[in-house]
Amino acid sequence: MKAKKIAFLGLAIALAMILSFVESQIPPLAALPGIKVGLPNLVMVFLLYRVGWKETVIVSIIRIFLTSLLFGNMQTLTFSIAGAVLSLAGMILLKKSGWFSGITVSIVGGLLHNIGQIVAACLWTQTAQVAYYLPFLLVSGTVAGTVIGIASGIIVKRSEKWRLDLK
Amino acid sequence: MKKRDFILIGTIVAVIAIAIAVLSLTKKDGDYVIVRVNGNEVARYSLSQDGEYSLNGGTNILRIENGAAYLVSANCPDHLCVKQGKIDQNGETITCLPNRLTVTVFSAEEGEVELVS
Repeated sequence: MKAKKIAFLGLAIALAMILSFVESQIPPLAALPGIKVGLPNLVMVFLLYRVGWKETVIVSIIRIFLTSLLFGNMQTLTFSIAGAVLSLAGMILLKKSGWFSGITVSIVGGLLHNIGQIVAACLWTQTAQVAYYLPFLLVSGTVAGTVIGIASGIIVKRSEKWRLDLK
Repeated sequence: MKKRDFILIGTIVAVIAIAIAVLSLTKKDGDYVIVRVNGNEVARYSLSQDGEYSLNGGTNILRIENGAAYLVSANCPDHLCVKQGKIDQNGETITCLPNRLTVTVFSAEEGEVELVS
């Protein structure tokens, strides 16, 4: 890996961690865990479209480990990883298909994030009834995915002039 | 946004809307709650009898009042389970992730006295 690329990805991790901290200071909108915009995903969608999927996965996983270490615990780590793995896998495949716009990819990412977290919650509590709230969480996932999709679309478009030159 | 985008997103939104519609149309008053820790039933309380119960060795306190159940206290930092409020409809569940504890409302079927969970 080129030094420039390492520096850039380090910057991306730092930015995602800051966004994650900022979000943790916003009081929860509802009593259900998992209802939030997911600000760090702005960085992930940007990386997915401007840099590459491998780099996105690396930045996402490192960011989750670091934020869980600093502000969270085993529980937050488990749920974040479950959501992120499913969400990234879905977004990468959907983007590779070349069939859908960035907003659609981001919405599906948001939905898969919630599905991953509910599955983790069911396994965590060994109780299937926890899935009762999935449809309501999916509404939040759709809204979050749309917001992140539109915002990161603007960032990707505006950054087209930058020469990242990371390869 | 292309036609494919609208088809995919439209389908997803329709499925979510149907799921929520089905959940709200099939709502039914519950008769009792089952408390589970780690998936194992630890207690069962009738909703028709008011009372306050200490769950899981005191980590959470459950109160039943006027046919609804809610948690009044928890030893975890976020207290999300307390904020989840009152539940009284079949299937509604309060979840306390830190203690791996859930409280779920059930309805006794017609003619049935107590269901086996």
